[in-house]
Amino acid sequence: MSAKPRIVFDHVSVRFPTERGQMQVVEDVSYAIADREFVSIIGPSGCGKTTMMNIVAGFMTASAGSVTLDGRPIAGPGPDRGVIFQEYGIFPWLTVKENIAFGLKLRANRTDEKEREEICQRYMRLMGLSDFAGAWPRMLSGGMRQRLALARAYAVKPQFLLMDEPFGALDAQTRMAMQDLLLEVLAAEGKTVMLITHSVEEAVYLSNRIIVMTARPARIREIIEVPFAYPRSEDLHERREFGELRAHVRQLVMQEYAQQARQKPQADN
Amino acid sequence: MITRFAVILVPWLLLVAVWYAIHYSGFINPSLVPTPHAVALRGWELMHSRLPLDIVMSTQRVFTGVLSGIIVAVPVGFVLGWYRNVRSLIDPLINFFRALPPIALIPLVIVYFGVDELAKTVILFYASFFAGVIVMYEGISQISPIYVRVARTLGASDSEIFRKVILPLAVPHMLTALRVALGVAWATLVASELIAAQQGLGALIQNAGSFFQLDIIYVGIICIGFIALIMDLALRALSRRFLSWQERLA
Repeated sequence: MSAKPRIVFDHVSVRFPTERGQMQVVEDVSYAIADREFVSIIGPSGCGKTTMMNIVAGFMTASAGSVTLDGRPIAGPGPDRGVIFQEYGIFPWLTVKENIAFGLKLRANRTDEKEREEICQRYMRLMGLSDFAGAWPRMLSGGMRQRLALARAYAVKPQFLLMDEPFGALDAQTRMAMQDLLLEVLAAEGKTVMLITHSVEEAVYLSNRIIVMTARPARIREIIEVPFAYPRSEDLHERREFGELRAHVRQLVMQEYAQQARQKPQADN
Repeated sequence: MITRFAVILVPWLLLVAVWYAIHYSGFINPSLVPTPHAVALRGWELMHSRLPLDIVMSTQRVFTGVLSGIIVAVPVGFVLGWYRNVRSLIDPLINFFRALPPIALIPLVIVYFGVDELAKTVILFYASFFAGVIVMYEGISQISPIYVRVARTLGASDSEIFRKVILPLAVPHMLTALRVALGVAWATLVASELIAAQQGLGALIQNAGSFFQLDIIYVGIICIGFIALIMDLALRALSRRFLSWQERLA
């Protein structure tokens, strides 16, 4: 990756106060995510992955070190960073189309009605939601909600996409279809992506690089380059090189999961 | 359409039938249970004398009390629900006052506010406020913070988050608060009219009681029931109009 770095973690540590004193969640982590790079972060549950994403999203700050976005410190959440939460957070009181239009009606990204309509139509088409424009979210399946969350985040044209276990709740088939759709959309619109995942398969399939985190407190175990060229398609899963890389990452991750399991009594975050 | 009509009508017809059965069964002295048609006839008569005013007075009192109570309960309940530390501070007080039955306060209210309309409004305000504030703050405190987070990542300002996220999420709780307050206020109203009022359905029942006019008592009770039913139906229609996005409607 020769492109310029956009998200930079510089000796970042995070501590949370607990009843038993300070708990170290992230310890001295440094890495950079380059422009249009797809980076997956993988590691045991409760190891601090989501914490790192929350810092980039602007919901919390590091206890030590700095996280910068294009060289500037992060001051709160903003529409330049689209966030896909694990639980999606689809607004149940708005229809599918109104959900997508929500961001476009805010002062921060004000668009006129014609443009708004075009953007809504485009993403509904792209995500296969056109027939459900007026439907309430409660009527949608898990995969459709996921696509709606993606469409809503995309509508405000974020440069970054921060995704926390976005496909975790989906069945295996839907999950694969959503991964391909994501790659397709990224190929068309080019964004810098930070993906938190538990799935080694998913990380290898989607990313330019994979950052494997250790058990808590999270440090970087290893950063792995994924050499496969985009566009990627599902037959990649069957390639021998894919299998080897997957085995390598899985081994690292399993070791750290085992480590984390041993220290479990220390309370969860 | 006909079956729908029948479904609505059948339980009422059944009730009237049971009523007749009790009257003619002989288990109870028939003079203590007026027949439905006697009550209907008395109701018709009263419609041409004091009943319309009684209904208007009672309904009006409930409206003023509930409206004023809810207007205060919504913002207070909102603040208590939203700010956790304020809630833990105020919670015991709210529960103390809520636990006091409004009827128990009537003598005190009479001392301070007399026996005018104001006294009744104060009692109904009290009843509606505490019923509404609890529903409101428990509802608000259960709103998931995820929606606010999502809105922020899309670029929403504080005021936009309030108008476009929190307000729509609060509407169902406002409507529930209104419904609960209406129920409580109605119960309290009749009690307060029993004690100190010339007009109103409670007063009607109380006066009839003093003269052993059982049929009038029944007329009063039926009116109270029907008015409460109509109000509840109206509120449900309102909920349907505003909450079509929700999974299940009451």
